[in-house]
Amino acid sequence: MATKVHMEALSPTMEEGRLVKWTKREGEAVKTGDTLAEVETDKAVMELVARADGQLIKVMVAEGTTVPVGNVVAYIGAPGEKVDGDAAPAPAAPKPSAVSPQPPVAPTPASPAPVAALADATRVKASPLAKRIAKDTGVDLARLQGSGPGGRVVKRDLEGAQAAAPAPAQGVPRTADRTPRTGAPYDDVPLTQIRKTIAKRLAASLGPIPHFFLTTEVDMERAAEARDALNKQLGDQGKVSFNDIVIKAVATALTKHRACNAWFQEDHIRYWNEVHIGMAVAVEDGLITPVIRDADRKSLTEIGTEARELAQRARNRRLKPEEYTGASFSVSNLGMFDIDQFTAVINPPEAGIVAVGSIVAKPVAEGGQVVVRRRLRLTMSCDHRVIDGATGAQFLKTLKQMLENPLAMLL
Amino acid sequence: MANTFDVVILGGGPAGYVAAIRAAQLGMTVAVVEREKLGGVCVNIGCIPTKALLHSAYIANLLKESKDFGIEVGSVKTDYGVAMKRSRRVSEQNSKGVEFLMKKHKVTVVKGSGVLQPGKKVKVGGDVYEAKKAVVIATGSRVKGIPQIGLEINKTTVISSDEALLMEKIPASLGIVGAGAVGMEFADIFNAFGVKVTLIEALPRILPLEDAEASDAVGKSYRKRGIEVIAGAKVTKATPAKDKVTLDVEAGGEKKSIAVDAVLMAAGRAVNTENIGLAECGIQVTDRGFIKVDKNLQTSAAGYYAIGDVAGPPMLAHKGSREGMFVAEVLAGQKPHAIKYDNVPSVTYCHPEVASIGLSEDQCKERKLDYVAGKFPFSANGRARGTGETEGFVKILRDKKYGEILGAHIVGGHASEIIHELAVARENEYTVEEIELAIHAHPTMSEAVAEAALDSLGRVIHI
Repeated sequence: MATKVHMEALSPTMEEGRLVKWTKREGEAVKTGDTLAEVETDKAVMELVARADGQLIKVMVAEGTTVPVGNVVAYIGAPGEKVDGDAAPAPAAPKPSAVSPQPPVAPTPASPAPVAALADATRVKASPLAKRIAKDTGVDLARLQGSGPGGRVVKRDLEGAQAAAPAPAQGVPRTADRTPRTGAPYDDVPLTQIRKTIAKRLAASLGPIPHFFLTTEVDMERAAEARDALNKQLGDQGKVSFNDIVIKAVATALTKHRACNAWFQEDHIRYWNEVHIGMAVAVEDGLITPVIRDADRKSLTEIGTEARELAQRARNRRLKPEEYTGASFSVSNLGMFDIDQFTAVINPPEAGIVAVGSIVAKPVAEGGQVVVRRRLRLTMSCDHRVIDGATGAQFLKTLKQMLENPLAMLL
Repeated sequence: MANTFDVVILGGGPAGYVAAIRAAQLGMTVAVVEREKLGGVCVNIGCIPTKALLHSAYIANLLKESKDFGIEVGSVKTDYGVAMKRSRRVSEQNSKGVEFLMKKHKVTVVKGSGVLQPGKKVKVGGDVYEAKKAVVIATGSRVKGIPQIGLEINKTTVISSDEALLMEKIPASLGIVGAGAVGMEFADIFNAFGVKVTLIEALPRILPLEDAEASDAVGKSYRKRGIEVIAGAKVTKATPAKDKVTLDVEAGGEKKSIAVDAVLMAAGRAVNTENIGLAECGIQVTDRGFIKVDKNLQTSAAGYYAIGDVAGPPMLAHKGSREGMFVAEVLAGQKPHAIKYDNVPSVTYCHPEVASIGLSEDQCKERKLDYVAGKFPFSANGRARGTGETEGFVKILRDKKYGEILGAHIVGGHASEIIHELAVARENEYTVEEIELAIHAHPTMSEAVAEAALDSLGRVIHI
């Protein structure tokens, strides 16, 4: 019996896909894992692969057709095998057989889906006492196994769990709080009452995410010198761009300001111990933010190579879902469009984004003299539910220091 | 085989018979072996008849003051024999009630003394009852004397509650050794019936397990009624004669001799673990004599469980009943809610009543807990003033940081009923704020609970 090929959910949010191109033709032999077609999803062009061996005996949809997830797009079977009528088969309820594909499974993103975490977090069953202790100690009740009736989290369940969580009072980690990389990738800290109130009030005043913006001007002379020197040394072996330096600086500064490296999760804040920088890339009909993972631990050339490769694939819509989800913070650079300064919109659930303008040579006062300097304007958009003015400003100050003295990144 | 059941329970007291009902509810076949009357000590010679007598005492005391309420009854005559007979009828009714419940749940009741045998069997006389799932030991406890100092229970001049509950005629004077719940309740009863009562407690205060303020409040009330209370007192020697007992007592460095017509022993209970075949089945006991159990109440021998007094303190009927339900659910393959032994309410039904749950203030201090005591006296409670029950207070010990109810202590009318609001709160881990947020009807004694909660938050309204 022929195996049905379904339109699969190739991204977490995909509901339908446009069959761009069949890479196998009717009558061609296929093996499990072979690419059958290219499918354009809401985010990227993805590959639809064979889940059975045999011959592509029937193609059900023409190139360019948009097909809901779950519908049959083709059949794989023995040569000459007939499929259930040659009429369009009913899309509903494909009967699973031993060799038939399982219901479409989306590739698992590297990071947990924020939506799922949210749903769980709002349904935590806990005693009033457990809630108070959790609020005070910063333990995420959603992550605990409740031992009370019906899985209710009670005081006993919190004993021992407390030490693992960071104290919530430290809004701004001190320099010494360099994030360790051995433990959990992030820590979920429930919203304190004041945090909740701030969140509610600010959200009511300015859209779903209460943005505020901080701008600073950075002297790029030393960064430019460093870049020139590095590129001279690298020669043919690569190239370091200002964008790479900014990404590296942002990632390094985030390790010193963990309060900005966070997700807002409705009833808690997720403070990331890892730094994953989303890099806004303009594509033909929109924008996508591929992620440079662990950017704080990568060298400038690694960041540069990866950034260019991701940007290229983003423009060709060839990114995999795990390559554009899970950023902890983002950078948007419109410097190449001669934009002096702009404000970027936060990519939720991230709490911040830095907008990078173009480097402009301009007269500035220095030691009583007017001199010409290459200057760069950075504007940070902050989610006020997570980041307060001073918190953002301190991060931005560190970022500015790192760019003005690139050696500071080594500290 | 007719004598095979899913569960065989040795003992039909409040632990055993409740285990039987719960097991039957869960579809198991059950046999209960009981050598005396169903309901055990609690129903027959404990909780229930004493409550009947305490109510007689309450009425006697009330009538002495009834003139204040506009009711004159002339001189009040009391007759313990009549009160005792009424208490027997109450016990009888309750025991019959348990019999009915056994029938209703098709539990087989075997009359006789059971002895455990290996292979999950219980031998009663010539018959052997075999359990497919488990044997549950619920043999309870009894009053113990102190023979070392001459206070062996002889049932005439040195008596236990068993005899006190069946007396036709009461002595003119009575020494009570032990001022725990039992001693306190009998002191209350006999005082009301005109007996000259001397209450002797070895520990520094009466009701030694209760909060010190509770002990003080009740002590004051007792002394006012003419009960002689000697705490921190050691009975060094007792000399029982034909119709009197001389007690040599040492208290506060002073020695004195007290002559009483009879002595009531209320200084602890011994568990009934002798001659029931524990050793033969490999069932171990602790150094204090209780049967060793794991968290599922299983003994050291697989298939044998122990509940109630024999399984360890607190030796209270309601603790045993809860263990009975727990064991039945374990045997049915369920995972019952773990029993919180620090959340068993403790009640003494003397007047004024004393009820408590959780830690005392001294225990909070010993554990160096950061707590706040919220207190509200019944003298400031409208309902209490109306009924003339202004003695006592509600005290809530609140954890300063999280508002946890560390302990609660009530002295006063209906304290035994009022405490359950706090039992529910503690079981569900409500904090003082949840107590306070619940609207309490006015005027009620329970308002004092809300006020004590408010007081612990520094927001008391009515004082």
